[in-house]
Amino acid sequence: GNGVTRYVNCTNGGAVHVDVKDGKILRIIPIEFDDEDAASWTIEARGKKFTPPRKTSLSSYSHAMKSIIYSKDRLLYPMKRVDFDHNGERNPENRGVSGYERISWDEALDIVANEIMRMKEVHGQGAILSSNGSHHMWGNLGYWLSAFKRFLNLIGHTPTIQNPDSWEGWYWGASNHWGYSMRLGGGECYGLVEEQLKECEMIVFWSSDPESTCGVYAGMEGTIRRLWAKELGMKFVHIDPYYNHTAALLGGKWLAPRPATGNSLSLAIAYVWITEDLYDKEYVATRTTGFDEWKDYILGKKDGIPKTPEWQEGEAGIPAKDVRALAREWASHKTYLSAGGAGNNVGGACRDSTGIEWARSMVCLMAMQGLGKPGVNMGNLQAGTPIDRTFCFPGYAEGGMSGSYLDTGLAMRMLNRMPQIPTLNPSFQKVPRLQLPEAILEGKAETWGNNNAPFSIESQFQKFDYPAPGHSPVRMYYKYGGSFIGTQSETNRYVKAYRTDKLEFVVNQSIWFEGEAQFADIILPACTNFERWDIGESANCGGYVQDSFGQLNHRVITLQHKCIEPLGESKSDYDIFQELANRLGIGPVFSEGNTAFEWCKRLYDATDLPGKISWKKLMKKGYYVVPAPPEELRSKPSYRAFAEDRVKDTPELGPLPGDYNGKFGKGLQTQSGKIEFVCSSLKRFDPNDPERPVMTKYIPSWEGHHTAELYEKYPLQLISPHPRYSFHTHNDGKDSFTIDIKNHRVLLDGYYYWIVRINPEDAKQRNIKEKDLVKVFNDRGAVICAAQVTERVSRGTSHSYESCSVYDPIGEPGNSPDRGGCINLLSSKRPIIKKSHSTSAMSCLVQIERWEGK
Amino acid sequence: MIIDIEKCEDCNNCFMACKDEHVDNDFPPYSAAQPLHDHRWMNIMRRERGSGSLMDVAYRPTPCMHCDDAPCIRAAENGAVYKREDGIVIIDPVKSTGQKNIQKACPYNAVYWNEERDIPQKCNFCAHLLDGGWEEPRCVQACPTGALSIVKADDAQIQKMVKEENLEALHPEYNTFPRVFYRNLYRYNRAFIAGSVAYGADSGEECAKNAVVSLVKNGRAVYECKTDFFGDFKFDGLKENGQTYEVHILLATFPEKILTVDLKTSINLGAVTL
Ligand SMILES: Nc1nc2c(c(=O)[nH]1)N[C@H]1C(S)=C(S)[C@@H](COP(=O)(O)OP(=O)(O)OC[C@H]3O[C@@H](n4cnc5c(=O)[nH]c(N)nc54)[C@H](O)[C@@H]3O)O[C@H]1N2
Ligand SMILES: Nc1nc2c(c(=O)[nH]1)N[C@H]1C(S)=C(S)[C@@H](COP(=O)(O)OP(=O)(O)OC[C@H]3O[C@@H](n4cnc5c(=O)[nH]c(N)nc54)[C@H](O)[C@@H]3O)O[C@H]1N2
Ligand code: SF4
Ligand code: SF4
Ligand code: SF4
Ligand SMILES: [Ca+2]
Ligand SMILES: [Ca+2]
Ligand SMILES: [Mo+4]
Repeated sequence: GNGVTRYVNCTNGGAVHVDVKDGKILRIIPIEFDDEDAASWTIEARGKKFTPPRKTSLSSYSHAMKSIIYSKDRLLYPMKRVDFDHNGERNPENRGVSGYERISWDEALDIVANEIMRMKEVHGQGAILSSNGSHHMWGNLGYWLSAFKRFLNLIGHTPTIQNPDSWEGWYWGASNHWGYSMRLGGGECYGLVEEQLKECEMIVFWSSDPESTCGVYAGMEGTIRRLWAKELGMKFVHIDPYYNHTAALLGGKWLAPRPATGNSLSLAIAYVWITEDLYDKEYVATRTTGFDEWKDYILGKKDGIPKTPEWQEGEAGIPAKDVRALAREWASHKTYLSAGGAGNNVGGACRDSTGIEWARSMVCLMAMQGLGKPGVNMGNLQAGTPIDRTFCFPGYAEGGMSGSYLDTGLAMRMLNRMPQIPTLNPSFQKVPRLQLPEAILEGKAETWGNNNAPFSIESQFQKFDYPAPGHSPVRMYYKYGGSFIGTQSETNRYVKAYRTDKLEFVVNQSIWFEGEAQFADIILPACTNFERWDIGESANCGGYVQDSFGQLNHRVITLQHKCIEPLGESKSDYDIFQELANRLGIGPVFSEGNTAFEWCKRLYDATDLPGKISWKKLMKKGYYVVPAPPEELRSKPSYRAFAEDRVKDTPELGPLPGDYNGKFGKGLQTQSGKIEFVCSSLKRFDPNDPERPVMTKYIPSWEGHHTAELYEKYPLQLISPHPRYSFHTHNDGKDSFTIDIKNHRVLLDGYYYWIVRINPEDAKQRNIKEKDLVKVFNDRGAVICAAQVTERVSRGTSHSYESCSVYDPIGEPGNSPDRGGCINLLSSKRPIIKKSHSTSAMSCLVQIERWEGK
Repeated sequence: MIIDIEKCEDCNNCFMACKDEHVDNDFPPYSAAQPLHDHRWMNIMRRERGSGSLMDVAYRPTPCMHCDDAPCIRAAENGAVYKREDGIVIIDPVKSTGQKNIQKACPYNAVYWNEERDIPQKCNFCAHLLDGGWEEPRCVQACPTGALSIVKADDAQIQKMVKEENLEALHPEYNTFPRVFYRNLYRYNRAFIAGSVAYGADSGEECAKNAVVSLVKNGRAVYECKTDFFGDFKFDGLKENGQTYEVHILLATFPEKILTVDLKTSINLGAVTL
């Protein structure tokens, strides 16, 4: 009514209703379900009944979307760098400083299309480099794994290969103990919400702050369930160098280990369990291998160092008595371990300089307590709700319209359900993301791992080098979005790589003028998902996070309405690719004769939706709630069948049939089919690698309190977890509502500064007060931040979020302090271990001092 | 409105939803658009207590209190601020033009100045939505924990709730009779005494579980509790800058331990070894 039309869309933090008036968005709100929508589930636990609220829940940044859609930083017109002439002087060294002028779409698209053809003619195979961030405006059609992938395959390119940044320690470490390579080493989590509410007595949150990271994409869906756990009287322990928001909400004991001390605390807990006979001997004997060898290591039989709680004090710094108390309580109560924000994967600790050993030890501890037995499991009520997993609707990683069955999840189910022209990239050259600057500047890179095709544990052992034999070095860069200065490591490198003639041409296709966009020669303005058609399910990523919608209280599938017209002259990414494809003569192969809207209909037809809701109805209503199954059809708890040595009874896709040892469905992916304390895969690959021993051992950080010289110069251990009020770079900056959040940025002298958190004693020593401007620095760079003086970090630890979207150097780009807040200027490019392609960005050593400069 | 401090986790959904509703949107005759930045109609205040392993942090979302005896109404000329039947206090976006006194009069600092429009503005309880059939304002809809809720009740019912559920007004001493009440406000404005009890043993130091700890004031035990498995105890809800207390700790055959605390602000006594 009132001239207001209500549309539906979806965000990285939940599905939304969008009220539009006179062609302008009025408000963006959660979807409140009506009587027509499927009923909600109820869990009965300990005499109580729990039913979730009948609405979607949103993250803060989803409530703030309007401000980034109408941001003053939107790119509204195609632009050309003023001193870039594709027919003459290109002045690449001026990237980042020389400014832009508006040009027409025709001119911009002609230049880009001609450069694509010129690259192939002049340099040959592999000369066109592409890269993108991992995350995207929501929707299976518009995702980079869909339209962008199809376009790139059709032109032939050298992709930037992502390291498994969310999982690092799980992929390079834990997977060797328990498999799950197709989840990049993270565990499965079916049926666990009900199991946990019924059985669990205590949750140990370890590097885990689900109230900030919300699993991934899940709005605030898990919050209510954790409050139920509190209501049921569960005890909580939080192991985190930062007194995080989950600890603040739920209460319980906070233990603050020194960052990046890997598994020292885990080993000490194992020590107590072993010496006090507090572990599940029967389980260890029948469901695991190699325990005795690890036990000898824990007891110090070979190296003479028993891994006692007192020994741990010198590393992680937790009082020994507290370690003993925790170990005893854990062993004598049904305890869930919540390792990482999602419960059994991710976690800041997996992404620091000792992250591999941390993740490995999480699996080993659970193996000692009988993973899968009633009340003994991994999770934090974030994943594994009793919703329907049989209803087929793909996640974004299942490739949309990409046709790319080799490097998306297309083959999983959509290839059969939605036949489309397959697309293949003719080039087999690839650049490792973390060495992208070296690939450009030095012309070479060397790395390990094939996490884009993680079909086996052994996929992590594949080596790949750049350049590929017979391929051209990269000469043109097709950059989609521009997050890397905020999200990769030692990122002054990425800035420098732009400012040389090694790259002859840089095109950036972005929605906002931020981050790396300022380093392009040509800028193509894309629009948000509120300005185009798409289709997608809330929190459904697919791929490495199979059935990730299991974090939600209700499965909500949305037809993402085009709510408003694209702002200015911006266009949907799809339309930009279409126009370029037309210029290159591949227009019809790209579109298959469809408009974006028609692709949405094809995607709809390929799912289980048509049997449930007509296209017309979906168009009108905008969303469909998948009914929860009857109680008897709910998923069984993960690992229960493994614990009882039965054939798997969860809908887990991996391992591949060919990767079982015995009969299909029985046991894990490891060679023994059991949890391996001593990893057969590592024995086969490199049994003597000191950086990654065949069983998990304590390896001091190469940038920590033992690296004396560096530590003296830079005595603060900085951690940089995921920003609570922004989905990575997506919602930061841009003059959005989010920058007004007191705990996100601080307004000082008219500028919104990023925050660094420092302990009161450390602050006092440096004469730093709340809201002082400070310089956070090490040999790699400097960032100007606003100080927050807080007890939430202990002495020697400081904290700042990663993923700033603003790069604002006060002098020469790449060589001067940044006041935008790109904390990753300070993190190390060094991988956790050499034989990997991994980031250690979570932890680094810094110094902080008052900033008096201008 | 009832605000439960224990359930607020600073997610800022309320603050963002409020901005989404009001920035750039005029809702005559209820309200004029809020500026993009600077206003905090829902202002979330932070308070850390204690230190180290025994700290906590509380957040106090603070909108306009919709006072029954509102100084802003008295300060306004030509009826620019008025109270509705349902208790909501509204600043008229036209009549209030130029009236700085309205902002100055508010003891809760809940009123913000809009330079561009030259008017005072604040939380208006999303009155335009409630009148349009919404069940609850934007911030309440957005809150994931139930920290924010609204009740529609008459004065007598409200007084009954206040008593039975231990609700408190913020700064009752201002005598403005707020219509916004807080639950568990002690988390924000009271102090605690906490500590961790330990004892020496062959294995090294051990956490003292189930020690009996009493809080003694003027020679009388006012609270008593048992330590948990970490040996931790905590007495909460105490008045800041108040009393001197004694903490008596008893466990098995260990001699009783007595600590004296001159309580100013929340304190973690740290490890207390018997
Ligand atoms: N220090 C530190 N660093 C870290 C981490 C950490 O814990 N600590 N975590 C790491 C992890 S786990 C991750 S996942 C990465 C994330 O790092 P990235 O994946 O680099 O971050 P995103 O912000 O997701 O990047 C997405 C980019 O795509 C653009 N984009 C989004 N949607 C669209 C669209 O529709 N069209 C176009 N054209 N562009 C679009 C956005 O504007 C943005 O530039 O950060 C990693 N970095
Ligand atoms: N709001 C929001 N939510 C997100 C994202 C986002 O950007 N914003 N990103 C999404 C993505 S891509 C991912 S991968 C996940 C990431 O989810 P997580 O990896 O779980 O999140 P992090 O914030 O990196 O780290 C979690 C906690 O680990 C702690 N930590 C850091 N170092 C150590 C250590 O050495 N030891 C211990 N014990 N703890 C440590 C941090 O203080 C933090 O509280 O979150 C997802 N959810
Ligand atoms: S939405 Fe609720 S929990 Fe979140 S900050 Fe506001 S009151 Fe607190
Ligand atoms: S809190 Fe301030 S603005 Fe609100 S009613 Fe009371 S006096 Fe008026
Ligand atoms: S009631 Fe409405 S105006 Fe008041 S704080 Fe909440 S959202 Fe803002
Ligand atoms: Ca060729
Ligand atoms: Ca195998
Ligand atoms: Mo990630």
